[in-house]
Amino acid sequence: MNTAPVIDVRNLHTRFGNNVVHDNISLSVQPGEIFALVGGSGCGKSTLLRTILLLQQPVSGSIRVFGQEVLGMSDEQALPLRRRFGVMFERGALFSALTVAENVGMVLREHTQLDATLIDEVARLKIALTGLPADSGGKYPSELSGGMRKRAALARAIALDPELLFLDEPTAGLDPLSAAGIDDLVKRLRDALGLTIMLVTHDLDLLWRVADRVAVLGEGHILGVGTMTELSKMEHPIIREYFYGPRGRAASEQAWKRK
Amino acid sequence: MERAAQTDENTAGLFIATDGQTVRCTGAWIVQKIARLEQQINDAVWPDANALEFNCSELIALDTAGAWLLHRTAGKLEQFGHPVTITGLRPEFEALLQLIISCKIAPETTLPARPDLLARIGQSAWHTLSSMTDMLAFIGETAIILLHSTTQPHRIRWRPILHNLQSAGFEALPIVGLLSFLMGLVIAYQGADQLQRFGANIFIADMVGLSMLRELSPLLTAIIVAGRSGSAYAAQIGTMKVTEEIDALRTIGISPAELLVLPKLIALVIALPLLTVYADMAGLAGGMIMARSKLDVSFDIFINRLGDAIQLSSYLTGVAKAPVFAAIIALVGCYQGFQVTGSADSVGRQTTLSVVQAIFLVILADALFSIVFNWLKI
Repeated sequence: MNTAPVIDVRNLHTRFGNNVVHDNISLSVQPGEIFALVGGSGCGKSTLLRTILLLQQPVSGSIRVFGQEVLGMSDEQALPLRRRFGVMFERGALFSALTVAENVGMVLREHTQLDATLIDEVARLKIALTGLPADSGGKYPSELSGGMRKRAALARAIALDPELLFLDEPTAGLDPLSAAGIDDLVKRLRDALGLTIMLVTHDLDLLWRVADRVAVLGEGHILGVGTMTELSKMEHPIIREYFYGPRGRAASEQAWKRK
Repeated sequence: MERAAQTDENTAGLFIATDGQTVRCTGAWIVQKIARLEQQINDAVWPDANALEFNCSELIALDTAGAWLLHRTAGKLEQFGHPVTITGLRPEFEALLQLIISCKIAPETTLPARPDLLARIGQSAWHTLSSMTDMLAFIGETAIILLHSTTQPHRIRWRPILHNLQSAGFEALPIVGLLSFLMGLVIAYQGADQLQRFGANIFIADMVGLSMLRELSPLLTAIIVAGRSGSAYAAQIGTMKVTEEIDALRTIGISPAELLVLPKLIALVIALPLLTVYADMAGLAGGMIMARSKLDVSFDIFINRLGDAIQLSSYLTGVAKAPVFAAIIALVGCYQGFQVTGSADSVGRQTTLSVVQAIFLVILADALFSIVFNWLKI
């Protein structure tokens, strides 16, 4: 078993103008883990995700993904690494000019030498895996509902069977049923494909149900890292507020009942 | 982790044993490596034995694409009367295969046949016709809202009008000025030789003055503004449509036409005539400079001659066209913006269309003006 962390962030500082977003952040994600980032709006969760994805440059610090330092990497150097990522953006970011099946197939066409029929079959398989109805492959993103768009985005993210999957708010804006479907899906993907998953979310149900470890971000720091049970016992006021607000309590009661 | 073992020598392989009953699957059956394997499977000569056993104990990696290939191959063989058993899978691979099997995969979608030539001509004609009626309807709606606003002047939104005056008018001054100046320069330069041959140097003022004031500066200004502002209108409204901001306006109870179209229309109708006058001046200045340097016609002689050569009506016909051009540009730009449907592609298409149609209609209107002015003998 490989126990080196998949993502290793050390002493990260990020700043927008005078606004300090991350002040000396360190965290690591282990292989096969579902790691969640939580925190209030504007606390820099998505910025951290974007920094790891090489979409943004921090002021200083180090980020190692699969043991490779990614900061200062050129796009060309990052390409082999990027093939091992799958990313699902908050609003889907599906290419509006392509159908869902083409969106998924495009990734395969770009990075593999499979022939067209197999690409088409694999694309349909991924679409089915995410629980989309059979006819949605031929539809354009603008014809899909919000929840279906999320699933389609997930299908594209797992097109290449990535080893590392980033999910930005996978359940935001979904009805409870679809959100529960995404919970199961994330778990099943991890179990079946051995994925490492890093997700950013506000959804406490999702956290209780799927996250192995959770990091709480606030005031530019990591306020706490641990399993949900560990976090819920921590004393930090922001963490307590987060987990013992009215919704937090309901979600944790639910989680206890299930256990 | 099974994926750690992805080294290059582990190419995916499939070997049919000589006993004709077992098939060994080896290596890493993953999406990056199965391209050649699929070819191999398609070309394989399957033994006649009834039952086949796929021994997968030598598989070192399997992902969804690989599992799909395995599942598909087994399914095809079963269709041809070979019952297939898959053995030796690691538990995690077995789980993946079960996941694939449990998926309800959509059947292949066949694209609808492309319509024949006649049908396509018909569709395109119908599309053109219906977009023309839509455009007319849009103009009508805007006119009604304009009338409404004039009866209730307090509802006119001055702030966006001023903002549009700034962006479509004031900020266009440098480019309009420069291009008209160059246009005046070029006309004078081209005419200079011809006029010199007849010793008619002084008529340079007639030539530059008439062509700039009557035709070129209104047209040139309108074309620049169509490219600058008409496209911006289409892109802005189109993007707002994609992000559902237009729908949001409707639900708040603000008419999109009143907030988005009317201020642009009013601002451009004010700005374009002013820009045209400015272009007239810049063009004449260009002509004057060229007249002095090539034909020795000094500035005061040029200006003197200009007063005799150009009647007020020539100047006014040029400026009078500008509001009409402005209305065309603003309406076409906004209309194309509202025609955007959902995708980024469509924003690009409609923006292009807005510029092309606006310029086309401006030149067409200019031609009509020439005919009308000719009848009226202005």
